[in-house]
Amino acid sequence: MATQDTFEGKNTSSLSDESAFQKGSARVTYRRFKNKSAHALFLGATLIGVVILAILLYDIFQRGLPYLNSDFIQNFASRRPSQAGIQAALWGSIWVIAVTAPLTFVIGVASAIYLEEYSQKGFLYRFIQLSIGNLAGVPSIVFGMLGLTIFVRQLALGRSVLAGALTMTLLILPIVIVSAREAIASVPNALRHASLAMGATRWQTIRQVVLPYSLPGILTGTILALSRAIGETAPLIMVGAVTYVAFNPTSLMDEFTVLPIQIYNWMGQPKEEFQYLAAAGIIVLLAILLSMNAIAIYLRNKFQR
Amino acid sequence: MSQSNRFKRKKTFRNTLEGMIPKILLACAFLSIITTFAIIFTLLSETVSFFQEVPFLSFITGTEWTALFSEAQQQFGILPLVAGTLLITVGAAIVAIPVGLASAIYLSEFAPERVRKVLKPVLEVLAGIPTIVYGYFAITVITPMLRFFMPELNFFNALSASIAVGIMIIPMIASLSEDAMRAVPDHIREAAYGLGSTRLEVALKIVLPAALSGVIASFVLALSRAIGETMIVTIAAGATPNLTANPTETVQTMTAFMVQAASGDISFQSIVYKSIYAVGMTLFVFTLVMNLMAQWIARRFREEY
Amino acid sequence: MKHHAISVQDLNLYYGDKHALKDIKIDIEEKSVTALIGPSGCGKSTFLRTLNRMNDLISGVKISGVINVHDQNIYDNEVEVEMLRKQIGMVFQAPNPFPKSIYDNVAYGPRIHGMRNKNELDQIVEKSLRGAALWDEVKDRLKDRATGLSGGQQQRLCIARALAVEPEILLMDEPTSALDPISTAKIEELVQELKQNYTIVIVTHNMQQAARISDKTAFFLNGDLIEYNDTDTLFSNPEDQKTEDYITGRFG
Repeated sequence: MATQDTFEGKNTSSLSDESAFQKGSARVTYRRFKNKSAHALFLGATLIGVVILAILLYDIFQRGLPYLNSDFIQNFASRRPSQAGIQAALWGSIWVIAVTAPLTFVIGVASAIYLEEYSQKGFLYRFIQLSIGNLAGVPSIVFGMLGLTIFVRQLALGRSVLAGALTMTLLILPIVIVSAREAIASVPNALRHASLAMGATRWQTIRQVVLPYSLPGILTGTILALSRAIGETAPLIMVGAVTYVAFNPTSLMDEFTVLPIQIYNWMGQPKEEFQYLAAAGIIVLLAILLSMNAIAIYLRNKFQR
Repeated sequence: MSQSNRFKRKKTFRNTLEGMIPKILLACAFLSIITTFAIIFTLLSETVSFFQEVPFLSFITGTEWTALFSEAQQQFGILPLVAGTLLITVGAAIVAIPVGLASAIYLSEFAPERVRKVLKPVLEVLAGIPTIVYGYFAITVITPMLRFFMPELNFFNALSASIAVGIMIIPMIASLSEDAMRAVPDHIREAAYGLGSTRLEVALKIVLPAALSGVIASFVLALSRAIGETMIVTIAAGATPNLTANPTETVQTMTAFMVQAASGDISFQSIVYKSIYAVGMTLFVFTLVMNLMAQWIARRFREEY
Repeated sequence: MKHHAISVQDLNLYYGDKHALKDIKIDIEEKSVTALIGPSGCGKSTFLRTLNRMNDLISGVKISGVINVHDQNIYDNEVEVEMLRKQIGMVFQAPNPFPKSIYDNVAYGPRIHGMRNKNELDQIVEKSLRGAALWDEVKDRLKDRATGLSGGQQQRLCIARALAVEPEILLMDEPTSALDPISTAKIEELVQELKQNYTIVIVTHNMQQAARISDKTAFFLNGDLIEYNDTDTLFSNPEDQKTEDYITGRFG
């Protein structure tokens, strides 16, 4: 079988029909071995992430879980570890997010609609796009400087919930815009044309066709961006969220603290017990973030077309 | 002329309102441009007044940073902070690039769909963990582990922080590189398989070269993120400006200094306050250059499939 | 003699530098079916889209000339495309129902034009679905998602959706090219019924289809309107050599 002989290359062993494609030469064997070892190596590298996540969660849970009880949720900050809790920080985070969420959603989606549905692809479009791209890469602490200068000092909002929330809004806006644009761009043009051909205006088409279609994607992106805002520490330190607060905010102009800052504060305390409180705080923070992630993933899967 | 009104609506309030919608949307999109300029302007204004007191040359060439010392001993040479930042970044790159790239290759080229469905969300969770948690992980797990092997190691050291920063950016490299590799169309892979290539050969000789611009851009973006990372280094690397290339020593990064200075009680008129802006400006320039570089690489060397 | 529903004079269209329609002059008769045929890229679809100004959506398109509908030039400055498109409906190449219920798809047009009354909407939905020969198949599941219908049903739903705003003219852009032969036959049958009440302009790739369903046929080539005549005459006795070459399959 001359043809199979050439296919097998330099194989010296005698050929039978069955083995023609099965027995490899030494070189093929070596290539397959390399392939298999690389496969194992790459899988191993990917599993590093899983292992680290497991260790991290284990470490935090075994330290923090014993301290996690209803007193911990209900108590305010205290110099005595046994009485310290996260109520003020929890409410501070809720206040900040309650302001940030509607602002980023409205401004982010409006920007995305403008860029995808209205804008001419000219100079202004490119300039806005460039700005958003670069803002997404600006370190969060620099947004903190911006918040400190503009909101805390220039607009004289002080170290308030409002100043913190506005800073967070600017920080996550690029993420919301980018994901909303992706969602809007995924709406098939055929649907826009169908609507316009019936005499709908652009805005009617956006309201009735484009937004309902892209809403799950937009919401997923917004929730993920908000979960980033909940975990951010540095910008709020710059804005001056206070580390020791023993009351819940009652208005937008109140001083406040948030979960990550409370955790950071405990980490810096010399008493060993505060480290465990920090771990308990992290558990609460992670629980919030993971439930937000779960909601986002649920939305994405439920409405995926 | 009733004929000429055939294709004309009555002017109503609603129609007028609809005409304003694009302008409102544009105003929202314009906020991103305003934010960009506001960042540059706020950083610049205080930086300029900083340089009226500290010569520019001694700022960028000075090897002592003692901003928080008493006035007589203050020195504003930024090199120690830059060195600390770069030390952490290089360490993070050494950890994250091999692991992140290997994960990307595995997920894009080797992983069965079932495995991918499990591993992707794990990486997403890892990417969503707040940096303060990684900071906690650094001082409660990584540092003690390192000290087990190197008993002389400082409690606060660059090594532990850079490992934690590296872990933080692994998901970013993995997912951005994976995106770039999955964008390589299947027919190119099939051509290579058709010639008898193994998976490894397809991955390394076909897919990776084709996706190289995206992969390298992901490295640059991730390292820019590492440069701007704040909480991990503030918690784990220490607070001593130190011009060194030795990762076992305590160092302070640009971001860590900003947090340290902003946490203290400083007057808005003081030179220390202004120095935060000068350091912030330096940080901003570093990350901006890297982000522009990443965009340029992605555009310049993009393969047209 | 029938009235002219649409009267086109000296229509020229440019995509950037490309001269896509050249000096088109054509009168389209009321309550009849006019087929536009020609090879790919000849300009027939582009021409169809000038009739309800869908080309306005593409940047870089320049149009000159006059298209009169009821003695009103639709390219006049004071014409609002929304009102124009309400009166000149369109059905597209691939069925494109909205991801909404069957009912909401048909009610979409009347609603955006301001109808809120539930009874009236119900009536229009039923009338339009009957008009598109779909009512019997879907009357028990109006609340179901339209995307669950078969391709042929989806296309008839799109026709019903276009009918619901009560246009006078219906533009169809290769409406059967994505459908199987049985669904195609149903749509062709439907077109025959619709011409009692509507002026229909249909772009088709399929010359047999044009011959079967149209009263008049226009043959386009490279942006020129080569020949326009009664369908029977055009297919049996073309005046222009190029038309003959095309319909006998010598090119295209």
